Amino acid sequence: MRAARWRLASRCVAAALGGYALASTLPVALVALVAPATLARADAALVALQLSFVVYTGAVVWAFAARSAALAWAALVLATLLSGGIARVVL
Amino acid sequence: MAWLHAWLGLLLGGLLYFMFVTGTLGYLDSAIDRWMRPELPAARYPLPPEPALRQAQAFLQTHAHEARRWSITLPIDRNEPYLRVAWQGEAGSGAAYLDPGSGHQIATRATGGGQTLYQLHWRLHYLPARASEWIVGLASFVLLIALVTGLIVHRRIFADFFTFRPGKGQRSWLDAHNLASVVSLPFQLMITYSGLVFVMFTLMPLIPAAWYGAGNSGQQAFLNEVFPPLAPAQAAGRRAALAPLEQLLPDVRAQWGAAPVASIDIQDPHDARARILVVGDFAAGPLRAANILAYDGVSGARLAQRPAWQSAPRALRDLLLGLHEGLFAPPVLRALYVLSGLLGAAMIATGMVLWTVKRRQRGDRHAGLALVERLNVAVIMGLPVAIAAYFWANRLLPLGLERRADWEVHALFLAWLLMFAWAALRPARRAWREQALLAAALCAALPLLNALTSAQHLGRALAQQDLAMAGFDLAALAAGALFAGMARALARRQALSG
Repeated sequence: MRAARWRLASRCVAAALGGYALASTLPVALVALVAPATLARADAALVALQLSFVVYTGAVVWAFAARSAALAWAALVLATLLSGGIARVVL
Repeated sequence: MAWLHAWLGLLLGGLLYFMFVTGTLGYLDSAIDRWMRPELPAARYPLPPEPALRQAQAFLQTHAHEARRWSITLPIDRNEPYLRVAWQGEAGSGAAYLDPGSGHQIATRATGGGQTLYQLHWRLHYLPARASEWIVGLASFVLLIALVTGLIVHRRIFADFFTFRPGKGQRSWLDAHNLASVVSLPFQLMITYSGLVFVMFTLMPLIPAAWYGAGNSGQQAFLNEVFPPLAPAQAAGRRAALAPLEQLLPDVRAQWGAAPVASIDIQDPHDARARILVVGDFAAGPLRAANILAYDGVSGARLAQRPAWQSAPRALRDLLLGLHEGLFAPPVLRALYVLSGLLGAAMIATGMVLWTVKRRQRGDRHAGLALVERLNVAVIMGLPVAIAAYFWANRLLPLGLERRADWEVHALFLAWLLMFAWAALRPARRAWREQALLAAALCAALPLLNALTSAQHLGRALAQQDLAMAGFDLAALAAGALFAGMARALARRQALSG
């Protein structure tokens, strides 16, 4: 019983914090990759901001739908690192 | 998923219900404003701008000549039905409703009006601005998750679309919850997502940081690029006469054609570098954006202009904000907005009740359940009582009372607090019925209160086509009838179950 509670709590933290991290990086990476070079940076940031809540929602659903809490964490951390890396390189 | 949906609903349902109710009433804020200022005459709009501008400028010249900033709002539609002026300066700030014919101020009581009710929706109350922004933002995101998880849980959404099985306890509440949610689902998704866009700068500061650098300076640089000032100027320190505002109108018409001027903003009105901003109608279409023209305050020469459309990303934000506010909506769409807002409140309320009914039915008996049952009464039925108390306070508080507008809002929260105490002291079932009766009485008596405390009773309002006043009174009667109906249904249920 104890272990199940910890796993559930773990998913909650993954959703809240991991989701926020992914929502702060993946939109930036997407916009940086897809947007034309002529797009003003204020506009690029606006697009990324408006996308972020879709990403956050998706991350939260993933955190609870993934087969295990560990998998939830792993995917979120990996995706965040990847997005952060891409954003760092492209911008 | 169901666990997540239920827990999020339990934790934030009360706050979200508050936001839906104040949001829906806030949508009708100009009508509520009018009822809460019965001294105002019936609104007449649109009015020709030249005489209005002349009167407004003369008034500000006389009463606010040392102010650093003037603003004039012209009566063009039901969102802004009166000629209003406002001013800000070292000597203080103020606002006044003007009679466009005589140019005199129309004395109105000190009240927050419908605007304050509207602001409760996102500013809450008694909290610093930053805190309420975060709380409201977080609640909105939780609502988005609740909507999505609710969709995921509701597997047979199309098959069950019209299912409603009354009189079956938990099943019926679930059906009502599903019905309210599914029928208004597109609206709920739009209103929630667009609500998040309102606060996105605060909630997601790391995103602009990728382009502008971390920290406050990066955030400031970003905001300065998103909202750059138009023709900015530092005060010169030399006095100069302000150009007559109506002289700008021919140039404005040359630029905008028939599109109306909604407001005029004047910076440093008696300075050699005074600036006049002529602003178009933000509510002309779904995009919450307007054309703006900047003029030199002394010479009247046009300095700069900004069209409503600047870029697609900005326009997307403007569209989402405009859809959320719904100010552009013609009458039928407006009614749908109100209905959808009420369905949203019903969605949340039925969810909150469902949580307790389900657990009662399966035999839970812990203190937490009793607590939630009573909190539900106070939140769901107590809030309408509290809002009615706000309107009663508007008419009953002495006109000369210090900080009168603040006290009207205190009355709202004091009444709500009383409802919590009531719910704590009475069995939940009785409290539901009693508070529903109280809400019914307070709402249905509002037209009577209006007749007794103002010259603009329902009969006169209808005769003068004072639609805002009449609409409020009629809506209050309808709300009273609704709560009375609820009270009767609750009495019948109690009689059956003993």
